[in-house]
Amino acid sequence: MRPVNTYIGRPIERVEDFRFLRGRGQYIGDLKRDGQWHAAMVRSPVAFGRIVKVDAAPALKMPGVRAVITADDIARPLPTIPFRRKNPTIAPYAQPIIAADHVRYVGEPVAVVLAASAELAEDAAQEVALEIEAMTPCVDWQASMAGTPLLFAGTKTNIASTFTAQCGDAAAAFAAASYTRRERFSVQRHTALPMETRGLLAEWHASDNRLTVCGAAKLPFFNRRAMAGMMGLPETSVDYIELDVGGGFGARGEFYPEDFLVAFAARKFGHPVKWIEDRREHFTAIGHARQVDADIEIACERDGTVTAMRGTMYADIGAYVRPNGMTPVRNVVQFTTVPYRIPNLDFTGHGVLTNKTPAGTYRGPGRFEGCLFCERMFDIAARELGIDNLDMRRRNLLTAQDMPYTLVGIAPDDGFGEDECDSGDYRVTLERCLEEFGWDDKKVLAGTLRDGRYHGIGVGCFVEGGGSGPRESARMEVTPDGNVDVYVGSSAIGQGIETIMAQIAADALEIPMDQIRVLHGSTNYLKEGFGSYGSRATVMGGSAVVLAAENLLKALRETAARKFAVTPEDISVSGGVAHVRDGRSITLAQAGATDSLTSEGTYSSNKRTYTYGAAAAHVSVDPKTGSVEVVDYVVVDDVGRAINPLTLHGQVVGAAVQGFGSVFSENLVYDASGQLLVGSLADYQIPLATDYPHIRAVTLEQFPAPHNPLGAKGAGEGGIIPVGAAVTNAIASALSAFNVQPTDLPLTPPRLWALIEKARAAQAS
Amino acid sequence: MKLPPFEYRAPATVGEAIEILSASDGAAKAIAGGQSLIPIMAFRLASPTVLVDLNGIAGLDGIAIGKTGVSIGAMVRWRELEEHNGLRAACPLIAAAVSHIAHYQIRNRGTIGGSLAHADPAAEMPGIAITCDAQIEVVGKQGMQRVAARDFFVGPLTTCLAHDELIKTVHFPLWPRDRRWAFEEFAQRRGDFAFAGIALYYDERPDGAIDNAHVGVIGVTPVPRRLDAVEEILNGKKLDDGVLALAAKAASAAVEPDDDIHASAAYRRALTGTLLERALIAAAKRECAQ
Amino acid sequence: MKLRFEINGKGIEADVAPRTTLCDCLREHLNLTGTHAGCEHGVCGACTVIVDGRAVRSCLLLAVQAAGASIVTVEGLADGDELSPLQKAFRKHHALQCGFCTPGMLTTLHALLSDEPTADEERIRDVLSGNLCRCTGYIPIVKAALEAREHYAKKQGSKAG
Repeated sequence: MRPVNTYIGRPIERVEDFRFLRGRGQYIGDLKRDGQWHAAMVRSPVAFGRIVKVDAAPALKMPGVRAVITADDIARPLPTIPFRRKNPTIAPYAQPIIAADHVRYVGEPVAVVLAASAELAEDAAQEVALEIEAMTPCVDWQASMAGTPLLFAGTKTNIASTFTAQCGDAAAAFAAASYTRRERFSVQRHTALPMETRGLLAEWHASDNRLTVCGAAKLPFFNRRAMAGMMGLPETSVDYIELDVGGGFGARGEFYPEDFLVAFAARKFGHPVKWIEDRREHFTAIGHARQVDADIEIACERDGTVTAMRGTMYADIGAYVRPNGMTPVRNVVQFTTVPYRIPNLDFTGHGVLTNKTPAGTYRGPGRFEGCLFCERMFDIAARELGIDNLDMRRRNLLTAQDMPYTLVGIAPDDGFGEDECDSGDYRVTLERCLEEFGWDDKKVLAGTLRDGRYHGIGVGCFVEGGGSGPRESARMEVTPDGNVDVYVGSSAIGQGIETIMAQIAADALEIPMDQIRVLHGSTNYLKEGFGSYGSRATVMGGSAVVLAAENLLKALRETAARKFAVTPEDISVSGGVAHVRDGRSITLAQAGATDSLTSEGTYSSNKRTYTYGAAAAHVSVDPKTGSVEVVDYVVVDDVGRAINPLTLHGQVVGAAVQGFGSVFSENLVYDASGQLLVGSLADYQIPLATDYPHIRAVTLEQFPAPHNPLGAKGAGEGGIIPVGAAVTNAIASALSAFNVQPTDLPLTPPRLWALIEKARAAQAS
Repeated sequence: MKLPPFEYRAPATVGEAIEILSASDGAAKAIAGGQSLIPIMAFRLASPTVLVDLNGIAGLDGIAIGKTGVSIGAMVRWRELEEHNGLRAACPLIAAAVSHIAHYQIRNRGTIGGSLAHADPAAEMPGIAITCDAQIEVVGKQGMQRVAARDFFVGPLTTCLAHDELIKTVHFPLWPRDRRWAFEEFAQRRGDFAFAGIALYYDERPDGAIDNAHVGVIGVTPVPRRLDAVEEILNGKKLDDGVLALAAKAASAAVEPDDDIHASAAYRRALTGTLLERALIAAAKRECAQ
Repeated sequence: MKLRFEINGKGIEADVAPRTTLCDCLREHLNLTGTHAGCEHGVCGACTVIVDGRAVRSCLLLAVQAAGASIVTVEGLADGDELSPLQKAFRKHHALQCGFCTPGMLTTLHALLSDEPTADEERIRDVLSGNLCRCTGYIPIVKAALEAREHYAKKQGSKAG
């Protein structure tokens, strides 16, 4: 980075906020087109069945109804939802964009009603008569593992894919270990729950055979490619337009059945078609996440040196393999032990199909889960070995000497490639966290009963992966008014990239930030883009902006050289102005006014970044109600470089609170017939303003990322990853008198109360 | 989640409202605050063909504190109950319970009459009405009648109201100055329906023994009700650890919760006992006539 | 049904069906899309508007029920391009990320602090428990509200004076 840094590293107030605060954001629901039709989905009411008949006639008679689409209207073979990563076994389990022969989960789209208004479409959707011959569903993964019934005729198994991660010789290490311990854990099915539901507005421009899809998020370029393929259009005939987005968190912006159906309707009927997911259907329609059971085993020396870990994970991925349905499965297999130097590993993870909503990613996919398993295992082992749980971590955490640290490889190869933890000393964030938290002072509280509540403290160490490749692009254009438009391939999902990218661009160009305008996420801005997921936008998109800025300054130098009839070497550029030695100069704005001044920058890297850190929690438990208060929570991470401490802090704290929801309340419960029993925000309980007021976050920048020009490692997910680990360890510490060892989330008051009662009964007998 | 279509009527008088309800033969529904009805319609669990808006009707408002107790008009909103100064002395259980009801915006709109007519067994106000021996004044074609709260609630979401009857006023009996009371509920989050709740009050005999115990439960029975067995244990006794334990055990035994997605029956049962114990302790500690 | 409201100080007419909620009336019929529909069943609070001085969920109120009322939406909080003190505090404390819940947060707090400019943190959190935010963890929103209080106190003081 150049020496003059005016904006990077400062808590700059966000550019986006001006429109959001005045109600002038533009979200997909705010968009209207003349002559638009409204779509409502008709969804399967049963978990598994054979479609006998879909009778649209009663719906077509309803007022305002324009048309009804069923699978019969769409050419065969039906397109299927694309996969994001290659995998040798998942092909048979792709989801057709509409159910034709079978339905495999409650909520699967079966028909689309198009009407003059959203109300009329919803009225009519109720009238589409579905005749479905119900079949016995596989609602839990255990039944599904047995393979009867098979969800997909013609396949041999309900296991979509099995991943393994092996290094060293785990079997030998376990045989030789002086201490081993095995435990089962589970994380419940829950979901990202962005505050804005999904939505799309598709338009077909018949005159030039173009499709425009508004409402893009996360992966506009990937989705455009998929859509173009399904529609038989060249990619350049499809535009994905990103508007303001009310939260992503991994779930929004993947390719969903509705993406195709809405666009198909717009093309077929030549009307703009708008679909806004309602909150009830959101619960069965958007990707679910996190449901995984794990059987984990640890082997260590008496001093707590971990020699091996192994285990099997069973991820319930729902009825189909969605675009990144395998991401959490492969992540939990590969990343469970990552903050630690463990020479012998042997993990297997199964992605198991069930008759439930297909699963995908939610912030920190596989990592939140793996962190819980590993960190609980450490505390359980330390307790049984009679050693200090912090010393055990210190003994095994990766240090600067270990860097770069090669990650355990994974099979089958899903394109992730070989990778390594890039830089850092993982003990530093732990020590800093303990210091900020006041661990030594709070230690005396552990296990004590005060005013009817048991107090406990716990930690969790974590690693967050960021900056995934292959590349990201940016384009800059000096506008006639002398400002600079910066086009980036990253998407905005509420994380403030307009501000962050403007900070980076302003510093790189050495001009004021208010001369920068950031445009993002739409496919008509750039040739390609790889989107915003996995904490990559700042690292990849920001690095591309740096390169584009360098090229723009180079272009300025060349333009100036031409104008002043000197060689580019005679020109120096600073503060956005090109100077000749003799004193003549020209500004970016002046040069841009007469010449077309543009540049592009593409940052390519297959080296990921690894932000890491530690969290500590102090909780108090009311043993009579099972309620837990989070008295204090501290998370410390090293992000390499913080572009904007204000927005970064917001990411970390917000993610932590989401994590509390995962630990304590959020739960997508199904009954034995495969009905989702949660359909409202009263039943799906995310944290409220009254729930978790005590959170502190500290960000370090001690170990910049070695492989990108910013030194940034990304930080969208880290805040959520250690929450389950630190909090459940603290609960175990609080309830140590009863030896309550929580292994299953969520720890709702009734569930924690039941654990306490069970432990008390065990002690009494 | 758009509302199903309906015809909207806004009568100016109770008589007119009853006329419309009566003519509809059950297809019309009265809307008061609408904070429960509109969500039910949004989920299309109810599709009344006519909505009869009670908001424009005069004479359903007002909080009157008199010699025989407190009278609250059916259209009085939670916010008014929260902010009413006299009510805290005249019937402190009401104010205590209202602060647990839903959220700020809901309390600005929701009404006491609407809540009683909706009769959610997990809602606070039906439980308070039962505990306090409230009388509910019902108007219908035949005129006015008073129904004791204990006879008003018939089952979950079911009352004795006919389709063409409305609540006009709720009467709470006079509250002696030195009465002891407490309201305890426990919910997963602020404003959620509670896993269980206890509303109670008692008077003290000169020797400090409990008299006239009224103990009501919320959320753990098909309709909120008083726990006779617990009241029997309490009456005539002074509060000590033994009585507390006995009463808690009796409370747990007296309720009949179901398992649901949020909690097991066993949990709700145990919680009822815990909350009773806590409520009794709080009542004994509290300064009277707050 | 033809209805008339005063919205953000201006008289406005709308022609809607009885089943149209105030939220949909604002968004779909009056193009006031700052009010957001996050759940349409009265839980998330994104659609909160101020009707005759009271914060209400506009998805639980029929438009016809608000006829004749004076309504303030998020669009009515700023003075032209000048952010209100509450809005400025939101920006300063990074009390919004995706911005979707923000209109409801602002209208709720505006109503609260106009009535209770000395509301303490506990009261503010209690009131905000009816507004869901998935991005911020609420902490910065509470900070912003606490900071904005003095402006409301001044306003109330000058009104009383």
